[in-house]
Amino acid sequence: MNHTVKFNLNGSPVEVQVKSNEKLLDVLRDKLGVTSPKFGCGVGECGACTVLIDGLSVRSCITFAVEVEGKNVVSLEGLQADGPTKIQKAFIKNNAFQCGFCAPGFVMSATELIEKNPSPTEEEIRHALAGNLCRCTGYKNIVDAMNEVSQENKEEGR
Amino acid sequence: MENFRYLKPAAIDKALSLKKELGSKARFLLGGTDLFIQMDKGFVVPETVIDLKGIDELKGIEKKDGYVYVGARVTWTQLIESDLIRKEFPALWEASDIVASVGVRNTGTLVGNICNAVPSLEGGSPLLAYNAAVLVKSSQGEREIPAADFFTGVKKTALADDEMVTGVKIPVKNGKFGEVYVKMGRYEGEDLAQAGVAVVVDDKNNYRIALNAVAPTPVRAEKAEALLSGKKLDESLAEKAAELALESISPISDIRSSKEYRLHMCRVMVKRALMASVSRMETGKPALNTRLI
Repeated sequence: MNHTVKFNLNGSPVEVQVKSNEKLLDVLRDKLGVTSPKFGCGVGECGACTVLIDGLSVRSCITFAVEVEGKNVVSLEGLQADGPTKIQKAFIKNNAFQCGFCAPGFVMSATELIEKNPSPTEEEIRHALAGNLCRCTGYKNIVDAMNEVSQENKEEGR
Repeated sequence: MENFRYLKPAAIDKALSLKKELGSKARFLLGGTDLFIQMDKGFVVPETVIDLKGIDELKGIEKKDGYVYVGARVTWTQLIESDLIRKEFPALWEASDIVASVGVRNTGTLVGNICNAVPSLEGGSPLLAYNAAVLVKSSQGEREIPAADFFTGVKKTALADDEMVTGVKIPVKNGKFGEVYVKMGRYEGEDLAQAGVAVVVDDKNNYRIALNAVAPTPVRAEKAEALLSGKKLDESLAEKAAELALESISPISDIRSSKEYRLHMCRVMVKRALMASVSRMETGKPALNTRLI
């Protein structure tokens, strides 16, 4: 079965032809040129494919493209339209990347966390990011970066 | 993955008439965090997928006439963010907060979890311990299935081909109570339970204990409950009950742990969950999400 799916991608309306069985991740990468979400495990366990749908982090590798009809989909490309975000700057400063493959997913999950809870404790950071895997095991620097974001937000009274 | 027909009806009646017509050739889709993977691997090849996310009647958590109703579309995240669930059903809250990861909890649902009915399911034990009922509809009518009768085997439920689970119904408790859900997993973030225990106690010394991932279905530890019934808990009684709880389970060895380890840990977990439940009832501590293992 074929569908014309219309949704908002990074702030702009898009329209794309898909089959029912096409994955959102593949459609984003292969048909719409959005390549920050990565194919990692393909079963929703590693978080490398994370995008925000209506503000909530979702695994695009286990989402059918037809399911996003009418939704707001945001990937890393959408977040950094006006340059790196506070979270991205903290990742860069803390060298919170090694190979970088997991980084877009981490930044998306971290963005949702900070939206809901601007100054999380380290425990809350670890709980929220537990579903993102970094095979280089760069977790310490990622948590350091997020602690810094949390502290900054607290100082700014957020 | 095979291509399929994707339909997104806006009303329950429409979805039910489609299911009656198509039977096992059609599957209902909620969050899809289980179904998608089964389809992707070719374990399930439905001709039609009926997405229920267009049906508003399946939304929402509502307290009415002594029960809390959780609709089929309610996600784990919505359960976690519900003050009602946090205050009145802390074991369900704790179980919800430890399912997989945020990215899965944002789309995955309690009802999808029980319909998938894998032995490790997080949603089963709290519902059994609450004596909850599963609300079922078909184009012929509706019925309620007690949670304990809903699960009939590994990935098997009492649901007929033309039926839909529209939600669950959990009795509201009167008086003081204490609850705990404790999960043993290898790491936080996506790992399935090696074992899980839900305990609900009240100030009349009624005890309800349910376990998951240690039998083909979630199970109540009825012998242990009978031993405890009417008695005030102390450490040695909790130990005896935990020992007796092992008679209600039949764990297997698999990739996540051995049968022996599961048996050993269930004894530890049931004892700690009992002690923590009573302590929560009396003192409000340990706080939600405190690590018990």
